[in-house]
Amino acid sequence: MTHIGQPLPRAATARLVAGRGSYLDDVSARGELHAAFLRSPYPHAGFRITGTAAASALPGVVAVLTEAELAAVCQPWQTKTGSASGMVSPTQRALAKDAACYQGEPIAMVLALSRAVAEDAAELIEVEWQELPAITNLALALHVDAPPAHQGLTSNLAWSTEMKGGDIEAAFAAATLVVEDRLVFTRSTGVTLEPRGVLAQYNPASQALEVRISHQMPHQLQRHLADLLGVSLARVRVICPDVGGGFGLKMHVYPDEIAACAAARLLGRPVRFVADRAEALLSDIHAREHIVEARMAVDAEGRILGFDVQDVQGLGAYSIFPRSSTTEGVSALRSLGAPYRFSAYRGRLRSVLQNKVPTGQYRSVGHPVGIAVAERLVDLAAAARGEDPLEFRRRNLVAQAEMPWVNPLGARMAELSHQQCLAKLEALLDLPTLRNEVATMRAAGRCIGLGFASIVEFTATGPEGYGRAGVLVAAVDTVVLSLEPSGEVTARASISEIGQGTTQGLAQVVADAFGVAPDQVLMGSGDTATTPHGGGAWASRGAAIGGEAAWGAGRKLRAEVLAAAAALLQCAAEALDIQDGHITDANGPRMSLAELAETVTFRGYELPTGVQPQLTVAHHYRREQDTALTTNGFQASLVEVDPDTGIITPLRHWAVGDCGRLLNPLLVEGQVRGGVVQGIGEALFEACRYDESGQFLSGTLADYLLPMAGEMPDITVAHVETPYSGSVLGAKGAGEAGTAGAPAAILNAVNDALAQHGASVSELPITPGAILRALGRLA
Amino acid sequence: MKPARFDYARPATLAEALALLAKPDTAVLAGGQSLMPMMNLRVARPARLVDINRLPLGEIALGNGVLRIGALARHAAVLASPLVAQAAPLLPQALAQVAHAAIRNRGTLGGSLSLADPAAELPACMLALDATLVAASAARGERRIAASAFFHGLYSTALEPDELLLRAELPAAAPGWRYAFLELARRHGDFAMAGLALALGPGAARLALCGVEAGQRRQPAAEAALAAGDLPAAIAALGTAEAMDSPDLPAAQRVHLAQVLLRRAFQQIGAAHAAA
Repeated sequence: MTHIGQPLPRAATARLVAGRGSYLDDVSARGELHAAFLRSPYPHAGFRITGTAAASALPGVVAVLTEAELAAVCQPWQTKTGSASGMVSPTQRALAKDAACYQGEPIAMVLALSRAVAEDAAELIEVEWQELPAITNLALALHVDAPPAHQGLTSNLAWSTEMKGGDIEAAFAAATLVVEDRLVFTRSTGVTLEPRGVLAQYNPASQALEVRISHQMPHQLQRHLADLLGVSLARVRVICPDVGGGFGLKMHVYPDEIAACAAARLLGRPVRFVADRAEALLSDIHAREHIVEARMAVDAEGRILGFDVQDVQGLGAYSIFPRSSTTEGVSALRSLGAPYRFSAYRGRLRSVLQNKVPTGQYRSVGHPVGIAVAERLVDLAAAARGEDPLEFRRRNLVAQAEMPWVNPLGARMAELSHQQCLAKLEALLDLPTLRNEVATMRAAGRCIGLGFASIVEFTATGPEGYGRAGVLVAAVDTVVLSLEPSGEVTARASISEIGQGTTQGLAQVVADAFGVAPDQVLMGSGDTATTPHGGGAWASRGAAIGGEAAWGAGRKLRAEVLAAAAALLQCAAEALDIQDGHITDANGPRMSLAELAETVTFRGYELPTGVQPQLTVAHHYRREQDTALTTNGFQASLVEVDPDTGIITPLRHWAVGDCGRLLNPLLVEGQVRGGVVQGIGEALFEACRYDESGQFLSGTLADYLLPMAGEMPDITVAHVETPYSGSVLGAKGAGEAGTAGAPAAILNAVNDALAQHGASVSELPITPGAILRALGRLA
Repeated sequence: MKPARFDYARPATLAEALALLAKPDTAVLAGGQSLMPMMNLRVARPARLVDINRLPLGEIALGNGVLRIGALARHAAVLASPLVAQAAPLLPQALAQVAHAAIRNRGTLGGSLSLADPAAELPACMLALDATLVAASAARGERRIAASAFFHGLYSTALEPDELLLRAELPAAAPGWRYAFLELARRHGDFAMAGLALALGPGAARLALCGVEAGQRRQPAAEAALAAGDLPAAIAALGTAEAMDSPDLPAAQRVHLAQVLLRRAFQQIGAAHAAA
C-alpha cells in the first residue's frame, strides 16, 4: 500500500477553490420557475387561506399553490420507527393543512419567473389566522397545564424510554460520593455554507422525475420521493452535485423541498427552490435541545459505580422524517460515560413536542450532550475527591484487556485505546509545563482554566441500526469501477461527497487495491442514475463502509485485468502484478493498462477464446458484525475568562483521536479541526433562541453567532491508530469526533477557571451574561 | 430575501439628489451595508432609492483646525487617513472595531451617522469629538447641527426626510487631549454589547456610549466627574444609564459593561493624562 495513509490533497480542491464547482444554484433548467413560500409567522395557529387572486394576478406569477392543490400529487407522511415504538408524531404535509405548528412552517407557495416576484406575491396571499397557545419552553412543555403543540393532543410527551442495566439502587447505596448536576443545552444548528436547495423537473411523457438537490443521501431521498409523489423508484433520479456542507441537516425530508418537487410534477415545469439564509435558519433542522439531570455514584476508591440520568429532549413540532429526532436522545444517553467502567445505569429519556422547528440528526448526533454531562460529573467527582481530573479518568477508563466491553446499557465497545490516547494527550500538552504556565498566569491575576473530555463515539452504523427499526435507510454501499481504454479508472460510489473529502480517501483505496496512482482514479458519486443504491453520507461511514466497497471493487478489477493480461502474455496470472498503471512481472513492466484496455475494448479478436474480461466490476459491502464501530479519544481545552466582562477566550485546543486506520490524515485532521470548531461554537456562541411567545430570535447570522476564525484557538491534532479488526482496511468513523468532545472540554475548562472564584456554569452555550451571574457581578 | 419593489435614481449632482430627496418615502443609498440587508429582509421598504455614490462627497480635508470628512468617505478610507490619525485619533481606534474589512470598504461615515444604530461606533465618536454635522436640503439649503443635537434616539436623528448629510466637521485634536475607544463584542466585528468613546482634556471630558442606550448622547454627569478626576463617581454616574433590555443582553449587563469599559478607558488614558 503506497497511497492509503498519505496526506494527499483532495483532487477536487483545485476545481472548488477556483470557483469552478457546480453547486445547486449554478445550474438552471430552461423554463424554470422560482418558488417562494409563505411561512407561518406564528408558532401555533389555525389558518384559512381566503384569497390568492391578488398574488396570482401579479405579473410574472405562474401559480399559487396550497395544500389543496398539492394533495393531488403528494402524499402526507408520518415518522414511525421501531426504535421508538408508540411515538406520537403527527402527520406532516408539504404544505400545512388548517394549522401551522411552528414559526416558519410553509403554508402556501408561489411559482414565478423570478424569486423576487415570487416573494412579492407571497405577501399578497390572504390568510385568516387564529392564533393558538404555543409551547416552546422545554422546561414547561410537560407541565400539566402546558398548551398542546398540536390541537387534540392531551400531552406533549411524544415518547419516553428507560435504558437501564445493573442494580442502580445498590450502586447509589454503596456510593461514598454522589455528584450531580443539571445541564441545559440550547438548540443549535449546522450552518452550511451552501443552504438547502432543489431544482425539480418532471417529464410527463416518460413519467420521470429528476431532482437536483443539495443533499447528503440521494438514494434515501429517491425512495421517499417515489413514495410521496407516486412515481416509480427507478424513474426518480436524484442528483446531488457539489454539496457545500451537510453536517446532518441535509439528510431529512423537508416540506419545502417536497413541495418544490410536487409543484414540478403538478405544473410540468422545472421548479427551483433555494433557501436564503433567513429561511435556512428558520426552517433547517435544529438540534440538541436538552435538559439533563444526572447523578454519578463513586466508591471510596474513586471508582465510578453508576449513572442515573433524566433527559428531557425537545423534538420541535414533529419527530423528523424518516429517521426520527428521538435518535439524538438515545444517542446522548448511550454515549454518556461510555469510556468508563461502571456497573449500573438508569437513563430516562422523555422526548417532547414543541411549537418549534423540528430537531434532527446533526453532526455527532447526541454525543456532545452525553459526553458533556458525563465529563462534567467526572470533573465534579475529581474535585470532590481533591484529585487530578486526569487521574480520576485514568482509574475509570475501560482497559484494553477488558474489551470487548459491554456496558450496563448493552453498548458494546471494542478495540479502544483510551490509555494510549491519554498518554499521547499528556505528552502533547507537555502537562507539567502547561500546568506551570497555568499557575503563573493565575498568579498574575488571570482567570485561566484547563478542561478535559474523554470520548467514545459510535460510528459507521451497520444494517442493524435502522434496519431493525423498519426505517428505510441503507447502511450498505457499493463501488463500481471501470477500466477505461486510456488505462484510467472511473469509479462510481454510493457514498456521497458533501465537502468532507470522502471521495479522495476512496480514490486512494482504489489506487492501492488496483495498482494505479490516485490521480488515475476518477471518482463519481451523488447520482442515483449512475451509482447503485447505498447509504450516502451519514454517521462517519465513508471510510469504514465505503472504503471496504472501494477496496473490494479494486481487487475484483485487479483480478479481471490480471486474468486478461495472463491470457495475452501467455503466463500465469499469479506471476503478474499491477504497479503504477502497468502490468508487471518479476522482470518489470510487461504492458501498460492502456494497452490492455485498448486490446480488450478495440481488438477483442486478439483475446483467446473463452476469455471475457470484465472491465467493469461492482463490489457491495455489508458489515456483518458490530452494529456500530466505536472510536475513542481525548480533548483538552485551555480558556481564559474575563471576570469583568464574562467574555471567554479559548486559548488552545488539543484533540487526540483513534479512528482506526487513517486513509488520509490530511482529510481526518480537517474533519477534526472543523468538528472542534463546531463544538466550540456550540459551547460558546451558537444558539437558536425563541422568546416566550414562540418568536424565533436567531434568524440572521448577526443573531446566530457562528464561531469565526479570529476567535478560534490553535488546534493541535494527533492520532492513535487501532485498526478495526473486522474489515480489510480497518478504518472507523472520523468526521464527527471533534464535535463530540469539544463542548465538554470547553465546559470543563470554563468551570476550572471559575472554580478559582467558587463559581460554575451548567448551560450551553456559555454566555458572558451567565459568567457574570455565576461570579455574582450581575444579578 | 429579495427587496420589495422600489424605484432607483443615481443623480450626478447634489442639486439633483436633493430634488429627488424631496419626494416622499425616499431613502439614500450610500454604502448599503445596513440599508440593503434591511431591504432584503423587507424590514425597510422605501418607495425609491437615491444612490449618492456619484456625488463628490468623500473628501477628507484638514484646514484651520477643522477636520472635514465627507459623508461618502468609506470607513476604510477614514481608517487609513493620516489626516484623521493626526486630527481625530479616536476615529481609527473606533473604526478598527467596525465590522470587517469588506464592510468597511463599502460602509460610509454619513450612512452610519444617518442611520443612528444604537450600537454603531461613529455616532459615539462624533459626540465625544464635539463634531458639527452639515446637512442640506433643496428647500432650505445647508444647515449645521451640533452632534449633541443630531442624535434623537433609536434610528432617529435631526435630519428631515428631505435632507442629506454632507459632512462632519471635527475640531482637530488639541494639545493635552487624549482619546480612547473601547468596545466589547462576543466576536470581533459584531455589534457591540457596549462601547465607549472618551475624550479627556485638561479639566474637561466628553463621553458617549454605544450599544447601551437606545439613543446615543453625551453623559454629562460622568463627564463632570471625570473632569474632576473622580473615576468612581463617573462609573457610578453611568449606573443611571437607561440601557436597552433584551433577553440575551439585559439592561443591567450593558450598564455593567459600560462601567467596566470606563474604568479601562480611564486606566488607559486617564493616568497618562494625570501624569502629563
